[in-house]
Amino acid sequence: MSERVAVRKTYKLFIGGKFPRSESGRSYLVQSSNVSLASRKDARDAVVAARAAVKGWAGATAYNRGQILYRAAEMLEGRREQFVALGVPGDEVDAAVDRWVWYAGWADKLAQVYGGANPVAGPYFNISAPEPTGVVAVVAPERPALLGLVSVIAPAIVSGNTVVVAASPSEPLAAVTLAEVLATSDLPGGVVNILTGAITETAPALAAHMDVNAIDLSGVTDTSLATDLEVRAAENLKRVLRPAPADHDWSVDPGLARMTALLETKTVWHPKGV
Amino acid sequence: MTATTTSARSELSELGRSETALRTFLHGLPGVDQVGAEQRAAQLGTRSIKTTAKAQAIDLAIRMVDLTTLEGADTPGKVRALAAKALRPDPADPSCPHVGAVCVYPAMVPYVAEVLRGSAVHLASVATAFPSGQAPLEIKLADTRAAVAAGADEIDMVINRGAFLAGRYKEVYDEIVATKEASGDAHLKVILETGELATYDNVRRASWLAMLAGGDFIKTSTGKVPVAATLPVTLVMLEAVRDFRAATGRQVGVKPAGGIKTTKDAIKYLVMVNETVGPDWLDPDWFRFGASSLLNDLLMQRTKLTTGTYSGPDYFTLD
Repeated sequence: MSERVAVRKTYKLFIGGKFPRSESGRSYLVQSSNVSLASRKDARDAVVAARAAVKGWAGATAYNRGQILYRAAEMLEGRREQFVALGVPGDEVDAAVDRWVWYAGWADKLAQVYGGANPVAGPYFNISAPEPTGVVAVVAPERPALLGLVSVIAPAIVSGNTVVVAASPSEPLAAVTLAEVLATSDLPGGVVNILTGAITETAPALAAHMDVNAIDLSGVTDTSLATDLEVRAAENLKRVLRPAPADHDWSVDPGLARMTALLETKTVWHPKGV
Repeated sequence: MTATTTSARSELSELGRSETALRTFLHGLPGVDQVGAEQRAAQLGTRSIKTTAKAQAIDLAIRMVDLTTLEGADTPGKVRALAAKALRPDPADPSCPHVGAVCVYPAMVPYVAEVLRGSAVHLASVATAFPSGQAPLEIKLADTRAAVAAGADEIDMVINRGAFLAGRYKEVYDEIVATKEASGDAHLKVILETGELATYDNVRRASWLAMLAGGDFIKTSTGKVPVAATLPVTLVMLEAVRDFRAATGRQVGVKPAGGIKTTKDAIKYLVMVNETVGPDWLDPDWFRFGASSLLNDLLMQRTKLTTGTYSGPDYFTLD
């Protein structure tokens, strides 16, 4: 009997709930695995998928979104060993699961904490409620590969946004594996889209894209690139989250800022009657 | 014109006189190689059209669009807005060409005519009991006359599929001839509704029948049945108009309609036109797209080429 040949895995993109190769056909080598090198056209396709998913995801009840995110945390826990095998420290996987669960819990509490009734001079109930911004482009932190990624995706999607994430170029395996986690939880296709490859190639296309509503520059370390992306984002007045400082500690309590930065406030005036 | 073409022409014009002659001719047309047609269409769809060629293709496709709204919910306001969009598809860019025509129901023709008056955009109206075509002939003809009287200069008629599928070709032929007469100077587009014809052989027969009866255009579909325009069906129709011109010297246009939603799709059709019938048909007078959402995608792609950034549906009108 001949010896068994191991099946090697190709790490592909995650767009619209599917795992396509880059349309450019390119790949690059990370930890002796082939990883897709996304092009600006992959970014465009990902935005189309993210836009298509907005209606269903933002329209789902907050409770339902929370349940789906809990489910994703369960799947993440179940794949702990796989992440460890990729070189992610066990502590970091645990922290990522905890972070995910923490954000999942906020799904049906955010509106109560961040919204509210406003006292107005007139016979009206005046209520402000948070609404998702729409499609959010995210440049994920270079490292920690998993905790950093979870810390930027979860706060964006918990409120009903959909995301296109440019994953860490140097440690993309954890990102693609997280995509497999999300694909096997009940998250609708297109809510999270993950691009691997060069930030300098995908981020400018995302920053300039007129159908993207906000951009999170957390993972951008090059200040001139950050400035360039902000200039591009200004064209359609995207909400911009500035780059995280170089010494940012992703393991500390993140607070509400990441969630609230990607919300719009809807205020309703309702006549009170006599 | 050669003597053979002239004689072939007179022979063909005799066909409509008898059911038997018509049947013998239509069933004598060579059968369509289904696998071959589908493979050829798929192969032509793989051509890569980029940069300046793409920019030209997009502008040509915009000029070929029959901007269509055929809904029960159409209102005068909605069709006026559509007509305004036809004149100036991208208000932000004066270099953007106008579309080929606006296509509406007969009752909406007067409102569109007001907006389009004096412009080069044509006004097409569906008629003859669109989309089913299941009405008495007098009603279909009255429908046609009313649309022309209201200002339509192109009539999109549906063939009587019931009669065609039952083999009563003469009846279909006579209806087209009568509608052509009722249309007067208006261009007659004959909708074959290929989604209901079942086979490519039938599509080829219906194409010839429509051309023999005097149609100025043959159109694939109403857009009201699940299967609308496809590349292979359009290929069969393009071959029919090519062979018809070779036999008679008369050029007939082709209009795929329904299901063409993206710039990529539209460019595939343009490639197929160029490769099958040649550049003579690469003109809005001879090839049209029946579409509504296609226009927005063409405009978005056009904006991408001119500005370098991807645009979004938020920046174009919904209808």
